Amino acid sequence: MTAPVDVLIIGAGASGAAVAWSLAETKMHILCLEQGDWMKPSEYPSAGRDWEARALNDFHYSPNRRARDTDYPINDDNSLRIANFNGVGGGTVLYAGHFPRFHPSDFRVRSLDGVADDWPIDYATLEPFYAENDRMMGVSGLAGDPAYPPHEPMMPPLPLGKSGATLVRGLNKLGWHWWPSDVAIATVDYEGRGKCINLAHCIWGCAQGAKASTDITYWPAAIRAGVELRTRCRVREITTNQQGMASGVVYYDADGIERFQPAAVVILAGNAVGTARILLNSASTRFPGGLANSSGLVGKNLMFHPYAQIFGWFDETLDGDRGPLDCIWSQEFYETDRSRGFVRGYTFEFSRGQGPVMAAVHSMAIGRLPWGPDHHRVYRKLFRHRTGMFAICEDLPEEHNRVTLDPVLKDSSGIPAPKIDYTLSENSRRMLDHAVARASEILRAAGAHDVWFEAPIPDGGWHLMGTARMGTDPARSVVNEWGRSHDVKNLFIVDGSIFVTAAGVNPTRTIQALALYVADNIKRRLTTLFD
Amino acid sequence: MPDSPSALSADQRRSLQSLAETMIPASVEYGVPSAGDKVIFADILRSFGRDAEHVAAVLRMLDSLSGGVFADLAPLRRDAVAAQLREVGGQSLMYLSQIILQCYYRDDRVMRSLDMEVRPPFPKGFEVEQSDWSLLDPVRARPKLYREVP
Repeated sequence: MTAPVDVLIIGAGASGAAVAWSLAETKMHILCLEQGDWMKPSEYPSAGRDWEARALNDFHYSPNRRARDTDYPINDDNSLRIANFNGVGGGTVLYAGHFPRFHPSDFRVRSLDGVADDWPIDYATLEPFYAENDRMMGVSGLAGDPAYPPHEPMMPPLPLGKSGATLVRGLNKLGWHWWPSDVAIATVDYEGRGKCINLAHCIWGCAQGAKASTDITYWPAAIRAGVELRTRCRVREITTNQQGMASGVVYYDADGIERFQPAAVVILAGNAVGTARILLNSASTRFPGGLANSSGLVGKNLMFHPYAQIFGWFDETLDGDRGPLDCIWSQEFYETDRSRGFVRGYTFEFSRGQGPVMAAVHSMAIGRLPWGPDHHRVYRKLFRHRTGMFAICEDLPEEHNRVTLDPVLKDSSGIPAPKIDYTLSENSRRMLDHAVARASEILRAAGAHDVWFEAPIPDGGWHLMGTARMGTDPARSVVNEWGRSHDVKNLFIVDGSIFVTAAGVNPTRTIQALALYVADNIKRRLTTLFD
Repeated sequence: MPDSPSALSADQRRSLQSLAETMIPASVEYGVPSAGDKVIFADILRSFGRDAEHVAAVLRMLDSLSGGVFADLAPLRRDAVAAQLREVGGQSLMYLSQIILQCYYRDDRVMRSLDMEVRPPFPKGFEVEQSDWSLLDPVRARPKLYREVP
């Protein structure tokens, strides 16, 4: 047994870093256990000649394909498959940095649209934490977007470039909304991070450090403030004492040795799959259905964002192989309009294009690039001639979409792996169809001579939400309105699993704002935290 | 399992090289080598990595479809077998194709033919055209799109 700590955080990703940094000012002894490694930006793919090959291998977003010894396996027999990254920074290492906020309406889904549930908090409650997180991560964008309540990104937006300008041509022709995306990418030097130099390889780790991953934003500040971070520590379960309070965790250290770490407070900051897995693996005589699970909802209501990708090919030469992946978004179809045949909506996240290898691999996979003598002529009409977008569709919570424990599959430490059961809803299907049709209109209006789409993207389970939802009713939620377990009063959850609904935007900014909000509540309630 | 070049028999090597050439032949018009070029093929042989089993599976399929050594077939017969392979190759062929394509399109000569600088993106980065934000004027003129919440 190691010395007890005041606060033990499980996971050093988007939310774990934020909560650690915020709580550091209390001067409590805070320890974070992370199953992965520290990343070395100098070794990111874009620093080598094999930069695209590594995206298909050791930086693949599928844990099963990547198969690092710090990853855990997940069944991949659903229509959407899990994407994640395990390491200091978590999913922020392996994301594009697209950084939208929720809309105010996203917190009132039941009241406004009669589906799912309202959140127990609202946009105004989270707004100061959005702002605080924006300062820590560094957000670029342009104020004045009519799709959002006023807010001020602190750095100028990413450039449109040729690809963005081409897409804008179509959007303006149709009279549809677009705006420079808010991104967690520094466009000027920011807090010791270099500005974006257009490596064109944002997702697979930013060697320049322009993209805000928490290993280079929150963690240096948290560690300077006294937080301890131990890597290669894989938590098996949260233990409880005779009073039904969390007493610590059992984990495997870097040498595979089983250890017990006692703690006064435990904070889960995995993701909606990892957190549910640990809670279910923490079943005991007192908590036979898993920890914090008197509602029976741990693992249920798993939400992704079903993604469509829609691309067009143009006669003109574009710049898809350079520049950040993102440039603009459109929320023309974000708010509910029942005449479209579905409730809720989606965001278009426009995406410049691809590098030379990805252009070849993808074009061949979809049958556009031939073998044989015509290969070179066709390739030169594809490479640097493609641009398009992703549609991020709001998934509604459904209890049959869930995380359980796999009866067979285990990780390298022998811990039962998560098992995903997921079925795409009819509402999401119709939304995807609508998005593909509208995106095709945009691309044609912009001048595309050929359009291709995939919906949903099978490997697009990037955004994991909902498996330990927040709420005021212990029978209908896992944590209360400030992130504390209803059942175990020194257990908190701060990751995407506490989402009540998914919205139609990338979730990281909201996950981090929620983590700061929960941390703020912990700090303000220290003397009555367990009441 | 061919987890290293030496694990391939001489015939398998020749067949794999011939398959790479069939996929991407040399082009005088574009001034590029084939994927079976000595330098590129050496890169391919070094790059099986986690997909060695898939490479082995494709080579087995290739032997079976060829009824002998693929590399020794007459050119027309090779093309026919390659077309058959594309029909039945499945996931294993997809992974082998990835290996061939990633090695081909990072070759110096091929990159130069595409007007690319022969270097990784970092640390030099790239230039991207700046923006004309007056394109936003019609959007700025719109009323707010988000819903007020009671």
